[in-house]
Amino acid sequence: MSEVTQNNNGKKKGRAKKMSTRVDFTPMVDLGFLLITFFMLATTLSKPQTMEVALPSKEKVSEVDQTKIKASRAVTILLGKDNKVYYYEGTRENDIDPILVPTDFSPKGIRQFLIRKNYDVMVKVRELKAEKDAKKLSEKEFEKRKEEIIGDKKAPIVIIKGTKESSYKSLIDVLDEMAICNIGRYAIIDIAPFDLELLSKKSL
Amino acid sequence: MPKVKIKRKNTAIDMTAMCDVAFLLLTFFMLTSNFTQKEPVNVISPSSISEIKIPDTNIMLILVDSKGKVFFGIDGQENRKELLTRMGAAYNTTFSPAEMKEFSLITSFGVSINHMKAFLSMKPEERDLPQNATGIPCDSLDNQFKNWVSIAKAVNKNYRIAIKADQTTAYPVIKKLMGTLQDINENRYNLITSLESSKDFEKL
Repeated sequence: MSEVTQNNNGKKKGRAKKMSTRVDFTPMVDLGFLLITFFMLATTLSKPQTMEVALPSKEKVSEVDQTKIKASRAVTILLGKDNKVYYYEGTRENDIDPILVPTDFSPKGIRQFLIRKNYDVMVKVRELKAEKDAKKLSEKEFEKRKEEIIGDKKAPIVIIKGTKESSYKSLIDVLDEMAICNIGRYAIIDIAPFDLELLSKKSL
Repeated sequence: MPKVKIKRKNTAIDMTAMCDVAFLLLTFFMLTSNFTQKEPVNVISPSSISEIKIPDTNIMLILVDSKGKVFFGIDGQENRKELLTRMGAAYNTTFSPAEMKEFSLITSFGVSINHMKAFLSMKPEERDLPQNATGIPCDSLDNQFKNWVSIAKAVNKNYRIAIKADQTTAYPVIKKLMGTLQDINENRYNLITSLESSKDFEKL
């Protein structure tokens, strides 16, 4: 199949006979596709996505230095079993417990609440984005101004606490919601006895 | 009526064009490929909307499987050798050049330093068996994981910590891992996620 066609009948003539230069390319194509298949299977075309997280350092912070956040700004999200989430606003005041609301990660769940809570910032970011899409802003400037907006003094501060039963997926999902709802300030901290108490009351 | 004479057609096709295409594609795949790194455990990372790509170099990969076993790996063969030397010195073990060579070819591993010699003498296919890949000890009694990270940081301070965990991994495991990293003042991580297929987050 793969021979070079030659027309040499052994008879020598005075003039060299023109040989056909046609080569059968089929094996070469075979080889080409074989290698393509190999490279296609062995490669990862898309690099994995990452999410950048910064945690506070564990160095001792004295009580005085710790910024006390206003109860009206604080939103606590508790991650529960089977991707369930609970949230409450503020903290216990005058022996009245905050209301613990169970919800989920669907667009109508925790997101709706966070968007409502962070409405002013959302609107501002949206306007800014429209401005950027209209090519009035550079990428750098956009990032800078977005930073300013989401760092707003009145914007909510979200505290994320995971229970023992929660999974890593819930954590990623909740961090996703932070990005979607443009929440600039959030922290991942250990669950407190108070939160467990609230949860156990809820399940009764 | 004259008999219709079917002319015998020549079935040979000119393969040159096909060959061109095949090799063009081959070149493309060869140039764009970065080979899939073999991982000791199969980890399904949770999805997120984050679109930041992970950098190519200077990655310290921490793999956590669904049962909470921890695996560790850095890039750069020279750095791996250096890491093993220093780690061996910390645990009073010396490794032969052959073992060093073997170690420098492993992308990530999950064994205790005491079993490292046995692990390196195994065949590559044996290493990933569940009884051999036991995960790096990272509890408070024997926190080898902490040493691996701090020594890797000492080898190359530009390493970025990438955490890739399974979506079903329990949250306390991740929390403990991050706590360990916080102890050695590593507060910035990249959490590896896969791309979210569709999340209608643009809806207000």
